Parts: sequence; C-alpha cells; structure tokens
Amino acid sequence: MKLLVVAGPPSAGKTALIKQIIRRFKDEMKIAFLKIDVVKAYEDIEISEEFNILTKKVYSGDLCPDHAGVMVLGEAIDWANKNNTDLFIVESAGLCLRCSPYLNQGLGIVVLSSISGIHAPEKMGAMVSLADIAVVTKIDLVSQAEREVLIQKIKETHRKIVIMETNALQGTSLQRLYSLIENSEEIDKNNLFLKGNPPLGTCTICVGKKEIGWKHHFGVIRKLDSQASEYLYRGE
Amino acid sequence: MMINEITILPGRDKLGVKENFDVISLKAGETLSIVGPTGSGKTAFITDIELLAQRDTTSKRQVLINGKVPSDEIRYDPALKPIAMITQNTKCFADLSAEEFLKLHARARKIVDKNIIDDTIDLANNFTGEKIKKDMRVTVLSGGQTRSLLIADAILIGASPIILLDEIENAGIFKQEVIEIIESTGKIVIFVTHDPTIALLTQKRIIMENGAVKKVLNQDEMELKVAQNLIEIDKKMGVIRENLRAGYLITNELVNFA
Ligand SMILES: Nc1ncnc2c1ncn2[C@@H]1O[C@H](COP(=O)(O)OP(=O)(O)OP(=O)(O)O)[C@@H](O)[C@H]1O
Ligand SMILES: Nc1nc2c(ncn2[C@@H]2O[C@H](COP(=O)(O)OP(=O)(O)O)[C@@H](O)[C@H]2O)c(=O)[nH]1
Ligand SMILES: [Mg+2]
Ligand SMILES: [Mg+2]
Ligand SMILES: [Zn+2]
Repeated sequence: MKLLVVAGPPSAGKTALIKQIIRRFKDEMKIAFLKIDVVKAYEDIEISEEFNILTKKVYSGDLCPDHAGVMVLGEAIDWANKNNTDLFIVESAGLCLRCSPYLNQGLGIVVLSSISGIHAPEKMGAMVSLADIAVVTKIDLVSQAEREVLIQKIKETHRKIVIMETNALQGTSLQRLYSLIENSEEIDKNNLFLKGNPPLGTCTICVGKKEIGWKHHFGVIRKLDSQASEYLYRGE
Repeated sequence: MMINEITILPGRDKLGVKENFDVISLKAGETLSIVGPTGSGKTAFITDIELLAQRDTTSKRQVLINGKVPSDEIRYDPALKPIAMITQNTKCFADLSAEEFLKLHARARKIVDKNIIDDTIDLANNFTGEKIKKDMRVTVLSGGQTRSLLIADAILIGASPIILLDEIENAGIFKQEVIEIIESTGKIVIFVTHDPTIALLTQKRIIMENGAVKKVLNQDEMELKVAQNLIEIDKKMGVIRENLRAGYLITNELVNFA
C-alpha cells in the first residue's frame, strides 16, 4: 500500500487536489480516503459520492488534530489494509502549525494557496519544512511574477522540497506529482514513525479547560514574556 | 537558454474533439496574436505555453522547445523558464513593497544586476499615469499600476525569449509604448487581444472557438497597410484620451481632423 499525507491550511485546496489524484488513479488502484478534522468535515461524503471509493472521517474534538491523527493512524492503516487498498490518502485538518502529520514513509504533501500571502510558508513551520512535496494551488488567480515570488519564498524556507503549481480545480500540470506517487514505495506498517518531533506535551487548554489565568492550568506552557529557558513552566 | 523555436501540438476542444491543426511553430523574432470570442480559450492557450503543457492540462495540448520535450528543471524552475507571461490579472496579494517584490522575483530568476529594481520601476512608470514608488505596497497599487509593474517586471526581470501578453490593451496603460518596446526585442511575442491594431500588426494570428484553434492565418500586405492606418487613428485616440484625462478641451487643432 502507498500512503499520502496531505496537509495545509483550511481552504488551501487540499480536497480539490486529492480529487484530482483520485481521478487520475482510480482505474489503476484501489483507493481509500481518511479525513481528520476538528469539528466538522464533509469531504468523506463528498468523495465517496463522487468517486465511489472507501472513505472515513475522524473528529479530533478537544485534541490537536495532528495529535489525533497520530493516535488513529495505526488503526486507519489496518482498516485500509484490510480492504485491500493500494493507495491510502489522508487529509489532515491543517490547523496545528506546531505539529506536522507526516510520517517517515509514504509522501508528505503540503498544499499552499497562491493567495495565502507571502509569509505563509515561513509561518507554517513544520507543515512546510517536513513535507516532501509542496503543491501551490490557485495559480489561475495570480500573476506569473507573484507565483514565482511565492515559490522563491518556499525554496528559501525549505531548500530540498519538490515544488509544483496547479489550478487544482482543473488539475493542471500535475504530471510530476503523479509520477512521484507512482514511484513512491509501499509502506511497511510495522515501521511507521512521525517525521517531526511533536511538542513536549499538551496543555490543559488544549484538552478543553476554559478558565482564564495561570492558577487554573498546568502542563507545558509558556509565560507571555518568558525566555526559552523558562519553557517548562508547570502552572500555579 | 537559446530558444530557436516553440512548437504547439494539437489538443482537444471543450467537447473533446481533436483540434484542427497539425502543428503550430514559432521561431525567434516572430509575433503571434490570438483572437476569438470571450470564453473561447485564448487565455487557456497561452497558459498551456506558460506551463509547458505535456498533455496534462484541460486542453491536452503539448508544447515543445527546440523540437524537444522540455526537462522538468525547465518546467519548474523559474530561473530556467524561458517564458514570461503577463496575465489578465490586476491584483497582487503579496504583502510586500514594490521593491521587495521585485527583489524576490529577481532572486527567483537569478538576476544579479543591482540596478534592475530601479530600472523596472522606471519602466513601469512609463506605462502608467500615476507614478509607482519603490516603497508602495503592491497590494495598494491600482489595477493599471499593478499591470504596468508586472509588464515592466516581465520585460526586465522575466527577461525571457518568449513573452505572452493577455489583453494588455485593457489596462488603461500606454499601449503604444508597450508595443514598441516588445517589438524591438527579437523575442517570440504572443498577444491575446481584442484590439484590431495589435491583431493586424502580428505576423500570424490564431482564431479560437469553443476551446480550440479554429484557424491560423498569416498577415498579408493589405492587412499591414490597414494596421498602419489604425496606428495613426490610435495615436489620435491617445492624444484625445490624455487631454481628456488632464482636463483640457478637445479642439480641431489638437487632433487635426480633415
Ligand atoms: N480545450 C479546452 N477544453 C476544455 N475547457 C477549455 C478549453 N479551452 C478553454 N477551456 C475553458 O474555458 C473557459 C474559458 O477559457 P479562457 O479563459 O481561456 O477564455 P478567453 O478566450 O481567454 O476569454 P476572455 O476573452 O473572456 O478572457 C476556462 O474555464 C477554460 O479552462
Ligand atoms: N480558483 C481556484 N480555486 C480553487 C483552487 N483549488 C481550490 N479552490 C477552491 O478553494 C476552496 C477551498 O478548496 P478545498 O479543496 O475545499 O480546500 P481544503 O480546505 O484545503 O480542502 C474551494 O472553493 C475550491 O473550489 C484553484 O486551484 N483555483
Ligand atoms: Mg478539505
Ligand atoms: Mg482570457
Ligand atoms: Zn498540535
């Protein structure tokens, strides 16, 4: 089974891109799709209706969606395997910019929109720097110069990343992505690890405590104007 | 990169029917215009060229450079791409000053000349009425200013042997000067246009319909004459337009009508 983990901010064009990938490979491979989101997602229904493939969704609720992804991915891969999947595509929620959902195997794809602003590649941290491939969408909406400026910015953030551009609604010039997918190795499910280092812990706010102020919280949290050495603050 | 020729191989129209030509080739120094009704696929045609399409766009056309399939490096690295395109688009989303924007683009195109930024802004200011300043943010430029900047950028920073221009006449900029600059360069220049002067001035023209090339025509002598007359009319139009914009009255001496 081949594995794609697709990440990127909301509305970047992840689903539009995934639909093009499914359209390209659905006659050659059995494809399964998993959507991980926080509170609401429709992709699973949309994609299963449009392409009649196996889909599933998971809501992470109080947990960081990338953390939730780590927890459920093991089972999800078993589920895809059991259904004889050849290509398993995971769409992340793309909210947590500290974590990144990519694994040591398969392909990690970050989707960025041409109109998301010039500083987006830097702000997105691990979501960009740990990806194998960056796909820039919505190129139909901007000038060539602006596209090239954004590409330059991504290159300066992550030198080795393979960058490509597309109008994801039409699936323009994705041949290079398709051949990278075709040539990607089958995963060994007993040897899957997160590529990045997840944050040291989760804080009480992340798990849903609403009270304001230090005395209600503990965990690994940082004071507003603290130095790096004070990172391991443990609450009051 | 030396470009002697680009070749376009036929794709399919909006209904999937094969296009009615064998091959369209353009050699260095040749000019081409693309005309046809709104929605007929003119922008799609030049976008195929810009992306160096390999049957992987909606039209399924293929584009060759010097008779060969271009390598991935040429397709995906802006520094190697032999094509500059000015799109219909008149908005920039990058939150940068004009200077920073041009600097980043010059880096992407691996240009070292330090004067390039000032030169580009100066050139842009030849095309537009209200001047662009270095420290203005590109997001606040007007539609015409943005296009002027992008055209100057394509000429000096894009600096490619192939230039694609999508409806430059609509930007409210000084068309005549743009045409002169581009025509004097010995590049392959392709105009998407609704403007009869531009369409008649190019050596070849393509007529689009329903997403496909319908006809390819060569300019003849008669047409060239008509074009020259149109240039005179355009100049008069230009004089009237500029005087109107500046708040003057239009007199017969000004335009010299017989
Ligand atoms: N060969 C084709 N097959 C399928 N769709 C096509 C084809 N050519 C063009 N289209 C689609 O038709 C639509 C209109 O095309 P395009 O924008 O190129 O028109 P245009 O001639 O530039 O129009 P305008 O004069 O309004 O700028 C676009 O969505 C484009 O993707
Ligand atoms: N014009 C244009 N719109 C796009 C493109 N890609 C996606 N969109 C639109 O952007 C919106 C968000 O896309 P979607 O795939 O749902 O983003 P996701 O949240 O990352 O999955 C939708 O309205 C898409 O139709 C593109 O390349 N060009
Ligand atoms: Mg989505
Ligand atoms: Mg157009
Ligand atoms: Zn997280």
